[in-house]
Amino acid sequence: MATTAEQPDATVSGVDIHLERLCKTYPGGHGVAVDDVSMDIPAGEIVIFVGPSGCGKTTTMKMINRLIEPTSGTITIGGQDTLSLDPDKLRRTIGYAIQQAGLFPHMTVAQNVGMVPSLLGWSKQRIAARVEEMLELVGLDAGEFRDRYPRRLSGGQQQRVGVARALAADPPVLLMDEPFGAVDPITRGNLQDELMRLQTELRKTIVFVTHDFDEAVKLGDRIAVLGPRSTILQYDTPDAILAKPSCDTVAGFIGAGASLKQLTLKRVRDVQLTEEAITARCDETPDEIRRQLEERGRSFALVLDDRDRPQRWVHVGQLAGVATLAEAGKPITDWVTTQSTLQDALEAILAEGGSAVVTKERGRYAGTIDIHTVMDTISHLRETHDSTPAAAPNSASADGPA
Amino acid sequence: MGFGEYLRAHLANLLLDSYQHASAVVQSIVLATVIGVLIGVLVYRGPIGSAVATALTSAILTIPSFALIGVLIPVLGLGVKPTITALVLYALLPIVRNTIVGLDNIDPAITSAAQGIGMNRSRVLSQIELRLAWPSILAGMRVSTQMLMGIAAIAAYAKGPGLGVHIFSGLSQIGSANAINNVAAGTLGIIVLALVLDAIYVLIGRLTISRGIRGNDS
Repeated sequence: MATTAEQPDATVSGVDIHLERLCKTYPGGHGVAVDDVSMDIPAGEIVIFVGPSGCGKTTTMKMINRLIEPTSGTITIGGQDTLSLDPDKLRRTIGYAIQQAGLFPHMTVAQNVGMVPSLLGWSKQRIAARVEEMLELVGLDAGEFRDRYPRRLSGGQQQRVGVARALAADPPVLLMDEPFGAVDPITRGNLQDELMRLQTELRKTIVFVTHDFDEAVKLGDRIAVLGPRSTILQYDTPDAILAKPSCDTVAGFIGAGASLKQLTLKRVRDVQLTEEAITARCDETPDEIRRQLEERGRSFALVLDDRDRPQRWVHVGQLAGVATLAEAGKPITDWVTTQSTLQDALEAILAEGGSAVVTKERGRYAGTIDIHTVMDTISHLRETHDSTPAAAPNSASADGPA
Repeated sequence: MGFGEYLRAHLANLLLDSYQHASAVVQSIVLATVIGVLIGVLVYRGPIGSAVATALTSAILTIPSFALIGVLIPVLGLGVKPTITALVLYALLPIVRNTIVGLDNIDPAITSAAQGIGMNRSRVLSQIELRLAWPSILAGMRVSTQMLMGIAAIAAYAKGPGLGVHIFSGLSQIGSANAINNVAAGTLGIIVLALVLDAIYVLIGRLTISRGIRGNDS
């Protein structure tokens, strides 16, 4: 997703958000919760507010839909000043998803999802159709789940319904307050993948609050690392923050393993694949392949099936005396697709003990990737960000990843 | 005269008084629910308001019913008025307290989500908070009803309606032929009414509490 950040897309359905000198002071000596925050959130991107607990990130987010009224400063959404609107009407145009989903327990899944459309006065048929569409969108079977009550759903399912409810009236902007904080790690991973898939389809403007930096790196087009009183320590692409944290606090927050985290940002399709492996079809004769290998001084060949799908690696020494390629060599146990992250690729490389096979659509062979490609990518990223000054806080620099 | 014989002889009278007894209790409960929920809604947000409302309504409950009705007679006269007034006052405590508890126990995430998706205050209250607090409010009404069944008998003292008449007249002529029958008929009538109304509450609960929040797992 990060790779599409710099290309304006005709299908973007989100609008931009500007925070201008936003402050929130609580009376009675509780002090300043948010101090002079300015920020541009580009249309159609996921911007993550990440920071330690109590840093004011949720307060900042809640000022966008005016669940908390700013003490001073302005917020515009799609060019419109939010303070000039009726707060309840404003909130109906902003999707809102929170931790543990906040579903209404006395209403069915359908009633929950259809709540905002019904507030907007949609007709019954239109709401029913929309509910169905939304449930399918978040991967729940409408027939099975429509009439269930929230307590009959698992945590992950509740969270999906929460997202469906937030999206039901097709708002251009979506606010998500640690929406996946209360589910187990596996479910959380699935929900994150789902959100990324949804976002490639919908291209909403999403403001996402979390304290989990890995989640921020995975989901964010941009990350705003927030310090005390919501001050912006660094606001940039995950790539740039990982490669060049603006200060020690940010570096500390990233934690160990920045390079490994960077690998999760890069997709196999973004790097140059090696395409020099010798390939053979199952129905070719072993002698023919051995001749090719010896001719080019290579020891391994990759056997593909009749639909171009990689099947086995075969060593030149294993070709002697076998009648057919279908049984020779060792089968491929771990491979990656062009959609996989470089971290997955690295895992496959380690598991396969050399090059990992990359497949494209329908499992067809695309090339191979090896450890050198991975290392080159990382050092290239380092160089790119070293040669450009770290983006100053508050600036919405459009530095896409290399 | 045996008890069975007595019942047959006074059936019409007993049925009318039973009807009036139940009617006085039900009307008082409805009135107390409207007032009690209103009080609960007004005070539940603040700990001080809640404490004051609970203290005041429980103070009412400590006044002996005989005394309360006695105090009300000079002000409101005899008959229906002091009866209903006293019953409503007694019914308040369980309803107010359960309304506050019910509203207080709602997960703030739910009301925050409701506000966050664009429901205004009154909608959050009517569509979310009161619906979720309803099982608790209904439980309060049920307790109040059971309590009022007995207290309503005292209303006969103020010439109010109900089965209390039988108990009082029986007690005032202890030793005479039908005194015990009189008291027993009135008391038994109240017990039967209480059981019937309780069954009706179970039914109301079934019909009005969303399956999503009903206690049993159906």
